[in-house]
Amino acid sequence: MATQSSAESGFLANLGKVYGIYTGGFLAFVIFIAILEQLGVPNRILGYLFVGFTILVYAIIGILSRTGQVSEYYVAGRKVPAFYNGMATGADWMSAASFVGMAGTLYALGYDGLAFVLGWTGGYVLVSVLLAPFLRKFGAYTVPDFLAARYGGNLARFLGVIVLISCSFTYVVAQIYGTGLIASRFLGLDFTIAVYAGLAGILVCSMLGGMRAVTWTQVAQYIVLIVAYLTPVVILATKNYGVPVPQLMYGQALQDITARESQMIESGLAAAGTLKPYITPFLTYDRLNFFALILCLMVGTASLPHILMRYFTTPSVRDARKSVAWSLFFIFLLYFTAPSYAAFAKLEVYTNVIGQSLDQLPQWISTYSNLGLVKIYGVTLQALSSGIAAVGAAIAAGAADVGSVAATLQSKGLTSELANWSALGDPVKAVVFDAVRANGAVTAQEIFNPAIHAAATAAGNTTNLLGLAGLSIDNDVIVLSTPEIAGLPYVIAGLVAAGGLAAALSTADGLLLAIANALSHDIYYKMVDTHAPTTRRLIVARVLLVIVAVIAAYTASTKPADILAMVSWAFSLAAAGLFPALVLGVWWKRANQWGAVVGIIAGFGICLYYLVGTRYFAVSFYETWSGLSGANEAAIAKFNELKAAWEGAAPEAKAAAWKAFDTHAQTVANWFGVRNISSALFGLPAGFIAMYVVSLLTKAPSKQMQDFIDEIRRPKGKELMEGGNLVTDVR
Amino acid sequence: MAQVNAEGHWKATSHLMWIALAIWAFFSFVIHFFVNSLNEIVILGFPLGYYMAAQGSLIVFVVLLFWFARRQDSIDREFGVAEEE
Repeated sequence: MATQSSAESGFLANLGKVYGIYTGGFLAFVIFIAILEQLGVPNRILGYLFVGFTILVYAIIGILSRTGQVSEYYVAGRKVPAFYNGMATGADWMSAASFVGMAGTLYALGYDGLAFVLGWTGGYVLVSVLLAPFLRKFGAYTVPDFLAARYGGNLARFLGVIVLISCSFTYVVAQIYGTGLIASRFLGLDFTIAVYAGLAGILVCSMLGGMRAVTWTQVAQYIVLIVAYLTPVVILATKNYGVPVPQLMYGQALQDITARESQMIESGLAAAGTLKPYITPFLTYDRLNFFALILCLMVGTASLPHILMRYFTTPSVRDARKSVAWSLFFIFLLYFTAPSYAAFAKLEVYTNVIGQSLDQLPQWISTYSNLGLVKIYGVTLQALSSGIAAVGAAIAAGAADVGSVAATLQSKGLTSELANWSALGDPVKAVVFDAVRANGAVTAQEIFNPAIHAAATAAGNTTNLLGLAGLSIDNDVIVLSTPEIAGLPYVIAGLVAAGGLAAALSTADGLLLAIANALSHDIYYKMVDTHAPTTRRLIVARVLLVIVAVIAAYTASTKPADILAMVSWAFSLAAAGLFPALVLGVWWKRANQWGAVVGIIAGFGICLYYLVGTRYFAVSFYETWSGLSGANEAAIAKFNELKAAWEGAAPEAKAAAWKAFDTHAQTVANWFGVRNISSALFGLPAGFIAMYVVSLLTKAPSKQMQDFIDEIRRPKGKELMEGGNLVTDVR
Repeated sequence: MAQVNAEGHWKATSHLMWIALAIWAFFSFVIHFFVNSLNEIVILGFPLGYYMAAQGSLIVFVVLLFWFARRQDSIDREFGVAEEE
């Protein structure tokens, strides 16, 4: 014991040295890989080395940080200095989507995408000013713990756990899905295998050491992800503008983009009606939705349990505040760089892709077309490859012309080939069929040009030049392709993959811990077996962690489109469900148990109703609330038209008519035009009002409770909880 | 050691809270209402309205949080409720 604690205080005293050596080691490793690349080692091996090495390091940290103490497991012994907790929070916060997708969102949405940049940073002001220091003083292990103590009992705790799980679970599934996607893209691993490899990477970092292990791996992951994010774009800025500060240099790119936009319209490459000028605000989101989104993301940030619980680990209340400031600083480094990625990519696409001859598109286009992420007039190399295989199978089975391919595949029961074939457009089908009949060994690359020409002609473009409408780019490509666009060696692409993986793994770790701790501490220890000894509590915590992780990984491996789309709901659900109860719990002494219970149910309930109603029951939602809908007359007329079409449709056309009807209904099913990603705009005030009214209608909290709140408000003195139990009974 | 003054401490803390939230609200929302007018001003190629949403407000948030941490700490010390170092 004595040796362990002295080794540990040695570690804490030398954090700067430890992570300094680690960062140096990581950079040396990157240089080592670069040398291997020059020596001719194949890219695939380099990719494995990159990912394998970084995961090995995280695993070693995870194993070295194993612990048998409850307080170490749940709150890292409350010994994490503000600066390092800031880094850990940065990694905890920045997900696969922030790392890989954010720049792509900005690329696609221009100014309107900045709502995400603002929303995902400004929330930390609320965390520091309203919540984190007070929760730290209270000394809980989990967020529901605070609700239970403040609002006297397990009902509030239980509701807190429900909100926590509903906002964290879809989120963790998306992270594990992200690890699978990155590993399968860069390493060529099978997606399902990649998902379970990611699961192993997550478990080894969190299971043995709980919060303590997660903290120290997250610091390591932050360093990898920020180096990986900044490197390519810094090099790109240096190459193109001679100054290694992309965040300042993309101002020029913004000017060039605007100039190029009007040029493209003049030369007919883009239609004036469809081109959204990059820096013009409120083209995708109207003003109401832009500001509603910012508010919901900010308040959601301040309510997400996996973020709040990071501030339970600092040595003091003072450090909790400093730590929020450091967190935001470390997050800021990535978020203020993302717009420069987007601007450079936009300029590259507008100058070197749009307007080019269809036969001379840049190399990176075909790289990502191979992965199905870049489409030229709807054509990808990936789809062509599978189309060729399908035609090969059909010809072998006796298909004699284009028209009989589908029927032949159908009769042979080749369903996946049939699906691949059907996904091709009609003009492309003819190209593929003729090519395969002439030469059975033809490659997708060889027929790419004829295929895009055929598709372009079918789309009405006979100029041989790529128009803006003919290009579609997946959001993820922006960050992933920058190394290639800048003409950098593969080592940089491998670095980006390692960074994306670090972002996904670190967020998944934090979320899993939040869910598993709520189940083991709040449900098991506080509601099922209040006398459980320490060893059993820790065993239960670990078993639940593994179970939740496996369920999440299994869900991710099925590629659930619905769940992935629900991730953006997490912010609104957390905001509406938890924010009023947490904030009023600290700032309003009169808030009581019934106010909190009704407030959580009302806020969370309305938010959930709006989310599910507008998305899954759009028709009936619109019909119930048509008076509040923000739809214009044309949209309403179309709604009625599609409804009549669906009602009058023949039985076999019913499903297709319903689909068209329901899809349109989703655009009119709303209150005042608010998009469902911002549903907390209704849930949040509902939660506050319900809590306020019900609290005033019921009995004021006891004198002991009022004293308890005073205690939370003063940094001085001991925590009010110890080992997960209240020191004095406040009820 | 300053005398403990819980009431004064909470008053000063609340006051600071409102200041911080006012700055937060201004840079989260109010300034972006004027994006179109601000975009008329261009610095280093950046239209100012775009710049504020992409960087300006973020920088304000970071500085605000470091300032807030210091300010709150000195309030805690002034009213004798700060933690021991």
